[in-house]
Amino acid sequence: MDHSATTPVDLRALQAMEPYLTEEYGNPSSIHRMGQAARNGVETAREQVARLINAAPAEIIFTSGGTEANNLAILGLIEAMPPQGQHIITSAVEHHAVLDVFTYLGRKGYDVTILPVNRYGMVEPETLERAMKPNTALVSIMHANNEIGTIQPIKQLAAIARHRGAVFHTDAVQSVGRIPVDVKDLGVDMLSCSSHKLYGPKGVGCLYIKKGTRLARRVYGGSQERKLRSGTENVPGIVGFGAAADIAGKRMSETMERLSDFGRYLSGSLQRLIPDTILTGDPVNRLPGHVSLCFKYVEGESILLMLDQMGIMASSGSACTSGSLDPSHVLLAIGLPHEVAHGSIRLSLGRSNTREEVDYVVQVLPGIIERLRMMSPMAEEGKI
Amino acid sequence: MALYSEKVMDHFLNPRNVGTIENPSGVGRVGNPVCGDVMQIEIKVEDDRIEDIKFKTFGCAAAIATSSMITEMAKGKTLEEARAITNKAVAEALDGLPPVKMHCSNLAAEALQEAIDQYQGKVKSNNN
Repeated sequence: MDHSATTPVDLRALQAMEPYLTEEYGNPSSIHRMGQAARNGVETAREQVARLINAAPAEIIFTSGGTEANNLAILGLIEAMPPQGQHIITSAVEHHAVLDVFTYLGRKGYDVTILPVNRYGMVEPETLERAMKPNTALVSIMHANNEIGTIQPIKQLAAIARHRGAVFHTDAVQSVGRIPVDVKDLGVDMLSCSSHKLYGPKGVGCLYIKKGTRLARRVYGGSQERKLRSGTENVPGIVGFGAAADIAGKRMSETMERLSDFGRYLSGSLQRLIPDTILTGDPVNRLPGHVSLCFKYVEGESILLMLDQMGIMASSGSACTSGSLDPSHVLLAIGLPHEVAHGSIRLSLGRSNTREEVDYVVQVLPGIIERLRMMSPMAEEGKI
Repeated sequence: MALYSEKVMDHFLNPRNVGTIENPSGVGRVGNPVCGDVMQIEIKVEDDRIEDIKFKTFGCAAAIATSSMITEMAKGKTLEEARAITNKAVAEALDGLPPVKMHCSNLAAEALQEAIDQYQGKVKSNNN
């Protein structure tokens, strides 16, 4: 129930990878037969990943994952521009792999705007419209939110940026492989994705860079990946990513439908059975099978550990799970008070989840919340 | 390695002395819901001894386990002995806490001390 954190490697992806760990272990930069076999593996994967998001293979740069793709997109674009007078925009609900880059650039003297979101976690197009300046160079807004599942109106947001001559990047780590993502339809210039969120191996991801978008390299060395990402390619990882992307595309409509049903049932049942429960994120425009709730008067880590005892693995945006004093920036950005945000839980379903497992959560979770509320001094007083 | 010791998990999953006391001799309440933890400890004092003690806690597993442990440690002790229970002693009795969770044991000791303070304050004012 924590598939937004990561997913297992699909067995067919694993099978595709295996030869590249052993007999076909060549370096794609080598001229000889074994090197060329590895090169073919990488290029096939590039085609598979490109097909999933309707890009051209030449527009895909493999990276070590979503975080590196986000860093390359933002820093690479900024470094390719004149050093002064650039305005850049992002949103308050981004993953730290984007938000922290913007914070860093803000400290370096760039003019940074962090857009607020509405109570569903959505960046309203008018908000972006108003924030655009003549010198806005880049807008980076995530496709789907990891914590609250909200899907942003990327097509509209990208159109606003394009009209005003700014480059538009989207962190699509949570959406690629889960919902249809078409870079042409969305109208984005750059898009980040990650393999391990779509049943591929960890340690690999990619950045889609629309033809004609100029980036500066972030890693110097052997000039692999069109000079943008030096370093010998993670061949088995890339091959696994490609195979997983291929499978994700083929299974998408069936999985989406099933997980959407499960998600609606799970979310509805829990809200009905547990009083003082708040659904976070957009009730409709959200990732299939993504259920994020806040239970008042109890704390997220306690819920997680009790769920874990019952064999259910979930996640939370509470402070105690992050190791900081504040609950998640996403939950605060949608306007939840701190004390409510501390009681957050995310259940993110994936391919292997069954109806029985979903029923089991519905059976177990209300009792856990009740037990914790019996212990909580806040519950009897209805203090929150 | 697990996040918490077996003792912490035991006190978290089977907390001792949860609840409230009717007409408590003293109540201590510390923490802040904004920060994600609130501890409330109630004591019943007879002959300078903690006859009964109950807690209610809003917080993480460490907060619940330290509350439960301190009630177990304080029960039956004289007020002086109970006051001497340090946050370090609570953490040690639980076989340690992760460094980021040490503040939870501070809260438990503070809540108990506040309950004793309240009782002693009351006694003093009655005597006056």
